[in-house]
Amino acid sequence: MEFFRIKRDIPFMSYGKLTTAISLVTFILAVFFLATKGLNLSVEFTGGTVMEVQYQQAANLADIRHRVETLKVGEVQVQSLGTSRDVLIRLPNKEGTSSAKLSELVMGLLKAGDAGVQLRKVEFVGPSVGEELVTHGLTAILLVCLGIVIYLALRFEWRLAVSAIIANMHDVVIIIGCFALFQWEFSLTVLAGVLAVLGYSVNESVVVFDRIRENFRKPGMRGRSTAEVIDNAITSTISRTMITHGSTETVVLAMLVFGGPALHGFAMALTIGIVFGIYSSVLVASPLALALGVKREHMIKIVKPKEEAVV
Amino acid sequence: MNRFPIWKYLVIAVVLIVSTIYTLPNFFGETPAVQISSTRQSATVDTALMARVETVLQQQGIKPAGLFLDGNSLKVRFNDPDTQIKARDIIQQALGDTYIIALNLLAASPEWLSKLHANPMFLGLDLRGGVHFLLEVDMQAAVDKTMERYAGDIRRELKTAKIRYGAIKRTGNTALEVQLRDQETLNAAADKLARSLPSLTFSSDDQLFRLSLALKPEEITRIQSDAVSQNITTLHNRVNELGVAEPVIQQAGPSRIVVQLPGVQDTAKAKDILGRTATLQVRMVEDDPSRVAEAMAGNVPVGYELLDEASPQGIQKILLKKDVELTGDNINSAQPGFDQNGGASVDIGLDSTGAEIFRSLTAENIGKRMAMVLVEKNKSEVVTAPVIRSEIGGGRVQISGSMNPAEANDVALLLRAGSLAAPMNIIEERTIGPSLGKENIEKGFSATLWGFAAIAVFMVLYYRVFGLISVASLGVNLFMLIALLSMLQATLTLPGIAAIALTLGMAIDANVLINERIREELRNGVPPQSAIQAGYAHAWATILDSNVTTLIAGIALLVFGSGPVRGFAVVHCLGILTSMFSAVLVSRGIVNLWYGRRRRLTAVSIGQVWKPETK
Repeated sequence: MEFFRIKRDIPFMSYGKLTTAISLVTFILAVFFLATKGLNLSVEFTGGTVMEVQYQQAANLADIRHRVETLKVGEVQVQSLGTSRDVLIRLPNKEGTSSAKLSELVMGLLKAGDAGVQLRKVEFVGPSVGEELVTHGLTAILLVCLGIVIYLALRFEWRLAVSAIIANMHDVVIIIGCFALFQWEFSLTVLAGVLAVLGYSVNESVVVFDRIRENFRKPGMRGRSTAEVIDNAITSTISRTMITHGSTETVVLAMLVFGGPALHGFAMALTIGIVFGIYSSVLVASPLALALGVKREHMIKIVKPKEEAVV
Repeated sequence: MNRFPIWKYLVIAVVLIVSTIYTLPNFFGETPAVQISSTRQSATVDTALMARVETVLQQQGIKPAGLFLDGNSLKVRFNDPDTQIKARDIIQQALGDTYIIALNLLAASPEWLSKLHANPMFLGLDLRGGVHFLLEVDMQAAVDKTMERYAGDIRRELKTAKIRYGAIKRTGNTALEVQLRDQETLNAAADKLARSLPSLTFSSDDQLFRLSLALKPEEITRIQSDAVSQNITTLHNRVNELGVAEPVIQQAGPSRIVVQLPGVQDTAKAKDILGRTATLQVRMVEDDPSRVAEAMAGNVPVGYELLDEASPQGIQKILLKKDVELTGDNINSAQPGFDQNGGASVDIGLDSTGAEIFRSLTAENIGKRMAMVLVEKNKSEVVTAPVIRSEIGGGRVQISGSMNPAEANDVALLLRAGSLAAPMNIIEERTIGPSLGKENIEKGFSATLWGFAAIAVFMVLYYRVFGLISVASLGVNLFMLIALLSMLQATLTLPGIAAIALTLGMAIDANVLINERIREELRNGVPPQSAIQAGYAHAWATILDSNVTTLIAGIALLVFGSGPVRGFAVVHCLGILTSMFSAVLVSRGIVNLWYGRRRRLTAVSIGQVWKPETK
């Protein structure tokens, strides 16, 4: 069985203008949704209390909302969680009453309505913690980018490093844009997923770059233009690209389907991230490198002869 | 040509064996158990206790499935949860309050595995259920308390040195100012205070005759770290009362404490116990025999109280006056030490108010007994009741007498733990019900399983024998990862399980790279043995590069992540390392065993290698 029977190199680079245009449009759309709709940040970031309760029978949401509102803590969200018996209650932090006692009060009120209610999960986060998470999250993203750029610049060439990281950031922005558009909850676990994507989709660029460098060295490739060399590199790795990403996507989809609500956001971030990861590392990173003017001399001069590691 | 030296096979074999051993405990499940431990050094957990527990249980007709000592605790296994709960009650009755008796689940793996320290993975709260608190210590309050104490000390020092002074003002967060009358008193005061309070810096204003005192920076750090560590000690004592088998109480950052109580469902009670204020009281003992006899008969005189005293001989009754002479608020420090005769003692440091009260109290009551009472949740217990031998001034109190060093340590701990060094606020709370924990495990497990199965089927169909080898090395990867997590006892959380699944999905990348490379070489007409050689060699550089970049992201997550992100990152980073080993070394080992020895290899089973006709 062989899925990819490609006779000639596919002229990916000649689609450069088209792919850049597509990327630009999606990127701008993502930024637009981010700006207009904003992220539906989880309680970990905003601070507040989230409770998950389970009833014996279908829960009466209106009654629950009514009961919780008697606490007068501000805007209260009550929604069903998957089934009609599971209910999610979200309460904001309030000056003075931000103590963890809140969940007890709520449970007391709910128990008064239906003794069969069971507390499944409580999360309370004070306001200072959220701010820290945001700064830590941003620092992490920044450092990951920096680390990858430095490594790739040392191992390959700065033009490739820069184009790889731009392609990646484009993925990250699009994932976050999707979360903004659909107002999916953006939690710490989702952030972990986004950062994992950052590390993961660089992989793809690395594989292609590795091939480009190898092609530049090949005597048979002498005299071909840089665009042709890149086309050849992408074409010869496309089979691997599709298969590995297919495999990873399979696992992530298994997580999305079987992982339950707790892993849903994480799996969703990765699902989107991998799809865009393939696209961007092939069709964004390489044209960018070309636009930045990468040449044979850059790759051969800087990098020492590759050691053939014998395993 | 594709042969490994023997040592490489040996390395692979050793890794495989070790991984299998350390993965095994995860398959045996858990048995209910009762865990008996002690925080007091005077109440030891030893073989004598083990024998005692065994006889007590036998008398009640309960036969434990196993008893063993593990570090500082005694663990008793039972066959079912009903016996476990019954046994807990029996043991509790027999041993009393001196020991902490908690329900626990123990790995049911055979003993030889436990002896190798092969334990199942340590599950996080989101998988086993329980409560997680993040507490923030109010550092300002700790500093305020210290500054007040210094102001009192200065007052006392100047008074005893007969130096007249004006107001003592707090001029900043960590600074005080003393107003003096003239240059002479200023110099005298500066001289006197510099000697007795070495942890302050001094500067004097000769025009206004003011002496400024400030805390040294290292002193501030010390106050803060002391506050956190004292609060941790206090929390330990309080959590012990909840009967939690494996509580986690750790410092997290300069001013924060994480408390994790697995299995605890009653958060209201947990919060109540963590947040309550225990106080220490100093009260006088009534030793008049007629009054004591009367009280013992059940007729306690008015103004008196009969309390329990925990002594090595067991619990004894002691009659106390109800008047509280001094409270724990005036205690600055309590350390175990030795008196001039070499006997064990507890050295207590009092603040200036406390010192003054204590001086007059001891002066008036020489020869009588005084009791230190710990009041917690309306339950009073006499910690110690020493005889007053002489007047004690200066705020340095030494309690000695019928104590051994272990008991001295306990008393010091109790005195310190009586109160929190500074108030704490709960800034994060997470409660996960036990049913949700179980569901999380099942869901995470099935996601991993289905993902693995799907990849395995595809790889075998697409790459045939090489696919099988890839799947085998992926399986080894999973084993190594689980073994590593079990060995390190790193906490496995739900995001951690997600990371296991994701690692599998990403680890296959290396094998796909290798297999595709080999196919490509074959396509170019290279003979099979050289194709395998070249395929692995070319793929290696790419695998290294791509894994290093992923690792960079993983490490950043580890450093900056907290909570769920860190749980993900730990497994992710470990997974990258194990996958590099398994994908390159293990799969190559199998390939070499399979194909390497054949001289005239004409074809390898790597699925169809399609060649363009126009080549």
